[in-house]
Amino acid sequence: MRGDASRIAHTDRGAVPAAAEPYAVCVLLLAMDTATPAVTAALHDGDSVVAESSQVDARRHGELLLPAVRRVLQEAGLTLDAVTGIVVGVGPGPYTGLRVGLVTAATFASALGGVPVHGLCTLDGLAYASGIEEPFVVATDARRKEVYWARYDDCRTRVTGPAVDRPADIAERVAGFPAVGAGARLYPEVFPDARDPEHQSAAALAALAAERLKAGGAFEDPRPLYLRRPDAQVPKNYKVVTPK
Amino acid sequence: MADEPLVLGIETSCDETGVGIVRGTTLLADAVASSVDTHARYGGVVPEIASRAHLEAMVPTIERALKEAGVSARDLDGIAVTAGPGLAGALLVGVSAAKAYAFALGKPLYGVNHLASHICVDQLEHGPLPEPTMALLVSGGHSSLLLAPDITADVRPMGATIDDAAGEAFDKIARVLDLGFPGGPVIDRLAREGDPAAIAFPRGLSGPRDPAYDFSFSGLKTSVARWVEAKRAAGEEVPVRDVAASFQEAVVDVLTRKAVRACKDEGVDHLMIGGGVAANSRLRAMAEERCERAGIRLRVPRPKLCTDNGAMVAALGAEMVARNRPASDLELSADSSLPVTDPHVPSHEHVHEVSKENLYS
Ligand SMILES: [Zn+2]
Repeated sequence: MRGDASRIAHTDRGAVPAAAEPYAVCVLLLAMDTATPAVTAALHDGDSVVAESSQVDARRHGELLLPAVRRVLQEAGLTLDAVTGIVVGVGPGPYTGLRVGLVTAATFASALGGVPVHGLCTLDGLAYASGIEEPFVVATDARRKEVYWARYDDCRTRVTGPAVDRPADIAERVAGFPAVGAGARLYPEVFPDARDPEHQSAAALAALAAERLKAGGAFEDPRPLYLRRPDAQVPKNYKVVTPK
Repeated sequence: MADEPLVLGIETSCDETGVGIVRGTTLLADAVASSVDTHARYGGVVPEIASRAHLEAMVPTIERALKEAGVSARDLDGIAVTAGPGLAGALLVGVSAAKAYAFALGKPLYGVNHLASHICVDQLEHGPLPEPTMALLVSGGHSSLLLAPDITADVRPMGATIDDAAGEAFDKIARVLDLGFPGGPVIDRLAREGDPAAIAFPRGLSGPRDPAYDFSFSGLKTSVARWVEAKRAAGEEVPVRDVAASFQEAVVDVLTRKAVRACKDEGVDHLMIGGGVAANSRLRAMAEERCERAGIRLRVPRPKLCTDNGAMVAALGAEMVARNRPASDLELSADSSLPVTDPHVPSHEHVHEVSKENLYS
């Protein structure tokens, strides 16, 4: 047990510790995100990023994620059981890749005996990494000529979204704002002021999570933000085979 | 025996999230979460709906299987998973979970073939497979005749359907007769009260020049549909029970005849039948009759082990461990068209050991 509640209960009123943190627990966050073409994993100790691995390959999330996790652990000289919390991007993003990160996070948590899984909106990670301190937009590629997007007041504050739309349909609502993410670069006519980063980084996601954990902020449920219903057609009426 | 390998198997190739645990050839747990009810209104499995359901069900099903088996994850000797064939997105959920689990626990990972697993599952029911075994696999997704001299390393395709899978034909005919989805169980039930000789439906690929072990059910399906439509067009009542019985008879007749012939031709005295359609009562009865006449021992697992499940994957994984087959590596990917000739997907490097230090260092 890491958060040792019993010790706190036994503290004498007069002996309440000062600003120093005698109960500070060792924090090690494993962050990952597979909701965009970036397959990215990082370790964060609560103060800074310990290791990061990112590869951009929209079709190999399943193959690349575990080796990336292994790599960051090796680089840090740590083992998975040192992890105190798992941070995972919950999308929105193309579903097949998105699920790789979520099922990996959930399975790790179960295997590690129930370490917490903190969900974060993938777009929030991109926003945080941008460091932009004025209103802006994050847009990622949703395929089918659409973008996943959200509007921010600054790099920590999402004000609308996430949503999925055709760029042309939101042109008026995003006009005049800088935009980050690969979705912005894909549609320069709608997002003329495209800025970095283009790709998601688990390091940024981990840093954002560390900040929120310290501030006691809220996280998303570690469940996928699909934003679209599955494509499924209820079959039309029975089609006769007898030639007319 | 306590020294037999304890293996957890994960199966997500279609619409069942299955997690099974075996010790050698002994079944300890068989947990399944099915999304079949969600697919029913679409008249077939919708891949994206299946994938979403797998993600929801994955970890709870693993935990349920462990509880059911009464074993601790740290005592496992390996994690096996269906690497293919199957629905790509659905497979990927299981493969990702298996990799994460194996890595976290520091256990070897075995990516195995879904079809070989369907054969190997019979070890849990009838003990070690004779070598070679002839196998007839029939389900909504596959209809194949396979010769398995070594289920971990040598599985040879004898024949397969050239169009619809047998189970698919049952679903389609159920639709023609307005019986809902899936079609297998309801047709089996109605056929019991019908006359299998009432209508002479065609037996696909049964001519002297046709491939001896391949199947075709598309012509049969069309023929049944036409017959039913003609009745309806004439304003006559459709004898649903007789149609079901005659259709089922045509399917089962071809399947068993070709399977027995393959056994005789290859000098194999064991036939195993697996896959969801192996639950069909008429298929079981006719296979028994024909095998007995031909001096072939028939092995059909109980229906719950015939449909897709995790126990079958665990059974094949345990066999991989027992025979010292190389483990898969962490780059393992789902392969929706994994050929049946690859019973498992070994590591690219020949010797690969997942570090046991990952979790319990
Ligand atoms: Zn199957």
